[in-house]
Amino acid sequence: MSDKFVGTPIKATTHVNQNEDLIFEKSSSGKKGYRLAQLDVPAVDAASLLGNTVRTDDLGAMPELSEIEIIRHFTRLSTWNYAIDLGMYPLGSCTMKYNPRINEAVARLEGLAEAHPYQPESLSQGALGIMKLLSDCLIEITGMDTITLQPAAGAHGEFTGILLARAYHQSQGNPRKKVLIPDSAHGTNPATAAVCGYQVANLKSNAQGMVDLAELERMVDGDVAALMLTNPSTIGVFESDIHKIADILHAKGALLYMDGANMNALCGKTRPGDFGADVMHLNLHKTFSTPHGGGGPGSGPVACKKILEPFLPTPVVKTNPDGSLGLDYNRPQSVGRVRAWYGNFGMFIRALAYILANGPDGLRQTTEDAVLNANYIRAKLEGTFELPYKSPSLHEVVFSDKLQAKNGVKTGDMGKRLIDYGFHAYTVSFPLVVNGAMMIEPTESESREELDLLIDALKQIAREAEENPELVQNAPHSTRLQRLDETTAARKPILRWKAPVASTQLTPDTAAKEW
Amino acid sequence: MSYPEKYRYAKSHEWLAIDGDTGSVGITDYAQSSLGDIVFVELPKVGQELTAGDSFGSVESVKAVSELYSPVTGTVTEINESLNDEPETINTAANDTWLLKLKLTSDDDGNALLSAAEYEKFVSEETGH
Repeated sequence: MSDKFVGTPIKATTHVNQNEDLIFEKSSSGKKGYRLAQLDVPAVDAASLLGNTVRTDDLGAMPELSEIEIIRHFTRLSTWNYAIDLGMYPLGSCTMKYNPRINEAVARLEGLAEAHPYQPESLSQGALGIMKLLSDCLIEITGMDTITLQPAAGAHGEFTGILLARAYHQSQGNPRKKVLIPDSAHGTNPATAAVCGYQVANLKSNAQGMVDLAELERMVDGDVAALMLTNPSTIGVFESDIHKIADILHAKGALLYMDGANMNALCGKTRPGDFGADVMHLNLHKTFSTPHGGGGPGSGPVACKKILEPFLPTPVVKTNPDGSLGLDYNRPQSVGRVRAWYGNFGMFIRALAYILANGPDGLRQTTEDAVLNANYIRAKLEGTFELPYKSPSLHEVVFSDKLQAKNGVKTGDMGKRLIDYGFHAYTVSFPLVVNGAMMIEPTESESREELDLLIDALKQIAREAEENPELVQNAPHSTRLQRLDETTAARKPILRWKAPVASTQLTPDTAAKEW
Repeated sequence: MSYPEKYRYAKSHEWLAIDGDTGSVGITDYAQSSLGDIVFVELPKVGQELTAGDSFGSVESVKAVSELYSPVTGTVTEINESLNDEPETINTAANDTWLLKLKLTSDDDGNALLSAAEYEKFVSEETGH
């Protein structure tokens, strides 16, 4: 192996921990993190047992390291992460709220963490009780009649919900052809409709960013299976005509699917089941504080009205005549299973812990705090950034980069500069109905002091965009890697590490430059 | 930005060039500029029938994925395979890079579409500058 460091650096450089190699590059042949006891049974020749199913080619180079090297590698990598435990995630539409530690403590209780899905029902009464109580709570919160906890995340919940709608229409004799989707929708909505075999018809928003009722009336006919609507919408505005929207759909036999991604603005205040939604999903990892992003998994229960109940995925939790709980598999009209086992059970525990810890008044309070926080940011930053929609904001606020774009500073640049100030970026360039969108959702987790830090940082960045645009355009400056070439990464992606044929070592010249 | 006089334009930001009964479709200079660096183009199969206004694929940039809509009615006769390897040609020459060619199957000759001047006006109204 040749020297890693060549020449003398021209300036103080980053700590060696910040120059972590790939785990493959740290490998050396024969190194192990384990020692096995001597074989005390006759050795078996795996290759002869497996016959022609044995695979020896294309296994790639597997890294070989000692235990401490593996621990150090991943611990170092973990220090490069940004995490909710380090600072705010003002990402809009994502509801990146704090995941309370008590949820984790409860989910790690031995009887829950060690439960096996094949345990007999008689020994799973606690786990089934959690599913039943969570179901009851979510039905109460949404105003729906029934629920499945199976879907693994939001988009999977959408898929399940539209399958239910399809099965319902099928049972009425015609699955119908189209699903209407507003132009402000989450990108997963049209994808869901397409995967379920529907054509997507785009519904234009009106000038307030809301559903245009006249346009809706014109588009809904006997071919429309459902409207997929996010309420409050992606610009954080409540569809105040939601009941009229439901009536227009129901008059033509179509269903209202509500994307529950933004339930953080409604929980404890109003119920989709009461304002006409027929089927909806919830994101436990958004609204009910279970981990999110890389910390998941997610969980996307689907709640619906009575008319859709026969089609719910199997199994559903049932109460036996003797009062015990069980799983009902005998559901001839079911759309089938959408996931192995019963869903992401660990998330049910966390969500239920959150719901019970807050109680009804607490959940209402979190909703009010989330809305208050978003409006505090809106009030403080209006004027610094352009506000394209003036309608009252609920849990999130959408600005645009219009004022800064004059100096060539775009929403993505300011998002990256925010990293230098210790924050995760807000949501950049979404929703698409706003040119240069900057979407911020603080959630109820943030105190006024934390919000003020974010506001100060954003005001400072706006000043920089005015006085020193290049500083913002080239951000981030304080991270391990500077701005990446996203275009080349997308056009010519390197999808897999390959063992170097002839290793290209740094020469003194290139090394000095890199330093 | 440039919008050739000889093309017709859709409000969904596609251009149409007609030669006899063949129409070539591309995206406008404004569309490529607002999308930014284009990294992938998804096109239909040859033989697919499209009605004016139908979605026929999508164009993906580092910022966003946008639907493509057919400005006329016709049958796809050819798609621009070179975009699989070099989607960036749309960024460098939007007006010269067709995405697909259609055999026009109705009397629709794109008259309902905008002229270059009308499209330029539409874009300036839409963007407010």
